[in-house]
Amino acid sequence: MTLEIFLQNVANAISLGSLYALIAIGYTMVYGIIRLINFAHADLLMVAGYISFYGILIFAMPWWLAFLIAIALTTILGMAMEKLAYRPLRNAPRISALISAIGMSFLLQNLGIVLVGASPKPFPRPEGLVWNIHLGSVSFLSLTVIIPVITLLLLAAVYLVVNKTNTGIAMRAVSRDFETASLMAVDVNKVVVTTFAVGSGLAAVGGIMWSLQYPQIDPLMGVFPGLKCFIAAVMGGIGSVPGAMIGGFILGIGEIMLVAFMPELSGYRDAFAFVVLILILLFKPGGILGDHVVEKV
Amino acid sequence: MDNRKSIKTALTIAFLLVAVAALYWGDNNLSRFQLRILNLAAIFVILGASMNLVIGFSGMFSLGHAGFMCVGAYTAAILTMSPESKELIYYMEPIIPLLANVQWPVIPATLMAGVVAGIFGVLVGFPALRLRDDYLAIATLGFAEIIRIIVTNTISITNGALGLKNIPSEKSLLFYWGFGILTILVLKALINSSWGYAFKAIRDNEIAAEAMGISVFKHKMLSFSIGAFFAGIAGALMAYLITSIDPTMFRFLFTFQIVLIVVLGGMGSLTGSVIAGVVITIAMEWLRFVEQPMSLMGMDIPGIPGMRMVIFSLLLLIVVLFYRQGLMGTREFNWDWVLDKLGIAKSKEREVS
Amino acid sequence: MMSKKYLALLALVMLAAVALVGCGGGEEQASGDAAQESDVIKIGVFEPLTGINAAGGEMSLEGIELANKLYPEVLGKKVELVTADNKSEKQEAANAVERLVNENVDVILGSYGSSLSMAGGPIAADAGVPVIGDSPTNPLVTKGNDYYYRVCFIDPFQGNVMAKYAVETLGAKTAAIVQDVQQDYSVGLSKYFEDSFKELTGDENAIIAKVNYNTGDKDFSAQLTEVKSKQPDVIFAPGNFTECGILVEKARELGIEAPILGGDTWEAEEFLNRVGDLNDIYFSTHFTAEEPVTEVSNTFLNKFKEEYPDRQVNAFAALGFDAYMLALDAINRAGTTDHEAIKEAIAETADFQGATGFITLDENGDATKTAIIKKVEDGKFVYESKVDPK
Repeated sequence: MTLEIFLQNVANAISLGSLYALIAIGYTMVYGIIRLINFAHADLLMVAGYISFYGILIFAMPWWLAFLIAIALTTILGMAMEKLAYRPLRNAPRISALISAIGMSFLLQNLGIVLVGASPKPFPRPEGLVWNIHLGSVSFLSLTVIIPVITLLLLAAVYLVVNKTNTGIAMRAVSRDFETASLMAVDVNKVVVTTFAVGSGLAAVGGIMWSLQYPQIDPLMGVFPGLKCFIAAVMGGIGSVPGAMIGGFILGIGEIMLVAFMPELSGYRDAFAFVVLILILLFKPGGILGDHVVEKV
Repeated sequence: MDNRKSIKTALTIAFLLVAVAALYWGDNNLSRFQLRILNLAAIFVILGASMNLVIGFSGMFSLGHAGFMCVGAYTAAILTMSPESKELIYYMEPIIPLLANVQWPVIPATLMAGVVAGIFGVLVGFPALRLRDDYLAIATLGFAEIIRIIVTNTISITNGALGLKNIPSEKSLLFYWGFGILTILVLKALINSSWGYAFKAIRDNEIAAEAMGISVFKHKMLSFSIGAFFAGIAGALMAYLITSIDPTMFRFLFTFQIVLIVVLGGMGSLTGSVIAGVVITIAMEWLRFVEQPMSLMGMDIPGIPGMRMVIFSLLLLIVVLFYRQGLMGTREFNWDWVLDKLGIAKSKEREVS
Repeated sequence: MMSKKYLALLALVMLAAVALVGCGGGEEQASGDAAQESDVIKIGVFEPLTGINAAGGEMSLEGIELANKLYPEVLGKKVELVTADNKSEKQEAANAVERLVNENVDVILGSYGSSLSMAGGPIAADAGVPVIGDSPTNPLVTKGNDYYYRVCFIDPFQGNVMAKYAVETLGAKTAAIVQDVQQDYSVGLSKYFEDSFKELTGDENAIIAKVNYNTGDKDFSAQLTEVKSKQPDVIFAPGNFTECGILVEKARELGIEAPILGGDTWEAEEFLNRVGDLNDIYFSTHFTAEEPVTEVSNTFLNKFKEEYPDRQVNAFAALGFDAYMLALDAINRAGTTDHEAIKEAIAETADFQGATGFITLDENGDATKTAIIKKVEDGKFVYESKVDPK
């Protein structure tokens, strides 16, 4: 492998890994609080993608406005979802809550199919935001630089919220111990709904970035990134925000390098994430940063 | 022996005889389309009941059923296809010589499909069953995906994406429902055995069960691999019903349908799984009309693709949010209830159920 | 608590009611049809109208419906189309054909997607109803099934045509293959391309890279970087137009300039929207508007433009059209609706004039006919050349 090809692979790995990292942060926030895989989190990516799509194409909004509206609406949807499908089951057996999450996920996907049709749609790439960069023979999209920056900014924002605000303190209390926190006069409902709002907002940003990077959207587009980013979150230590980011990068880099160094195994690429997941769960169930957690949201 | 017990035995035998007669009648009088749907229902009954064993009776939220079906379907297909068909179909890469000339009769091949799926269940269970709840769910889902990806890529065994066709076809209700009824009888016996009580004890409180001296891991493994065994059988039946299979059939969507059956019927009720299995399969077929264009009083209403799944996801949400017991809760159909209603000789030792 | 129970029960009851209504509707329709069986001839159609292959199924159905509109009668009886959606899924495809058989259709047409055709095929054969495939190109569809015929060419021919074009016209000595390992169409076509390409170049190692992806993947950067590092003369990447659209676009973004070749699934507006402004993209297909091969081609072209003014004329509509026309022709030649007679008539088809060319069926029931090569130019599919069968 020549140096140029290697550098190209590094660029590919960064652009995929930073997307995974971005989406994984949202997962880990929500999971850290309610200890429930929100299967429907993945479908929020899709919802944000479609709202942006229609905003830009049908209502001819400038892209930044469409993106902001998409983030706002997705956040509201996330909060509504919590209230309707998860809150009533908070004290029910875990299995019921999981089933509810699966039901919610299928509902969003199929509502998507009913409302916008199953066939994929081309997502517009605003010219001021996405362009091709060539460095020697290495080429990548501007997004490869933009997405990691956004990821770091959001990471810093989440860090500030969790550590420096009262809500953040309440969040940490709830994530440590639900019941004790509620006895200590923490408004658990408010904390959970805030977490869902932040998590869904992050999902929306992730969904928009995903749609820009892979500009073809369809109602099932969230399923695979969703699963993989959940795995990234587990890998990093569920509940740990920096862990989720590290997990996302490791997963993205791993997938790209697997194909780069063993092209004959490229058909097994999608299995890579699951194999990693199972190994992590067996040998280090706490995840990479799980044992001595710095930020437990 | 009190006479109620003998009445019940007689009733069970009579019921089975009537069932066989009904199936025989159905084979000769129903249309091919009706037979196909009823046979599909039998497959979903097996899937629902076996997944209920894992989820409802043993409390393990596994999402790997489609993977085990895939294993069963491929095992049965490879074992029953004729050598000539294999030569014709494996045109990308020839099938490995070990499997090229085997051709088993359908029944042993079906049992073998169950056994192989069961072995996969043990292999998957060994690492996965150390996990619980969400982690178990996502790990089993991961294993199911890995199985599917391996099947897609091992072309000299499975023919990869090209799939297999010319699988011997079975059409009779007696065949599919025969397996269905046997599955229910075996699972019922299992659940009422000491193993079954151990499963339920683990489901209700793992720590307490362990303290009572129940070997938790052993029993979880037992339940999980028996569930996989029956999923494998159902996979084999699916292969005979459609006569051609490929890896994309066994996606997560399948598992979703099975979860729906388990939840709707009631987690922890075989009777519920049987009823829900039949109802959901038939409803899936008949609800098709909401997706097809139709004219109502002179108006043309365009079909709404995807509407069926919206209805089913809503149904799942409604049941799990408002009626968590499902149709049957943990109750089972039993003759006592029927006899009580009819006011026939009360037994002194009523079953604790 | 009780109210919740009732709510859930109500939902169940509604579902049951809905199911019953559907049930009743179905029966009504069936009995209504039986009454007028003598004066209609029913042609069944099973196509993917929803799911991932919906776009292809829709195009095919448009062609069939157009033909039905133009030629609504045979043997003095009205032809009624009975459509069943196979939802792009095998299990549903089997159900769909069973439904058609249940409705007593005389011939079945379909389906876009070889694996769907293979799922439906045995059921039709079992019931003794002949099937005319419009666009399933996998050789296994007709092999071992006496009742399945088709009006399209098959993948060995298509793979050979593209390999020949790559070697003889584009002057390629090396090639890379990027295939969808989950899709029968993609792996089958890749294999035939590979075999022909090696034979034509006389070089066992002419395929210098072979990488895989899975249906639904969006990130092809690693696979394409591997291809880029090998610097092949051409890239062969048959597959769904959805994945291939992003794949081709990404290849150009990465600075890969080699011509990219594909198969007949690429002829879709969605694909064109994505790659319209790129160059050196070629694919094989069944029909072209620029070079009408027969008189029927012209009829089809004109009528299609009249009927669907805002749609591009495409190969799948043309094949659907031909499948219907061949069915009518066979019924005419048989002079009866006896299924065996129709089947015999279809099998004997020779030099049948269709919109996509002159169709002769070989002993497997596959059409031997001309393939068209098109390329992408200035946002359009442009006729490049044609290749006649040997």
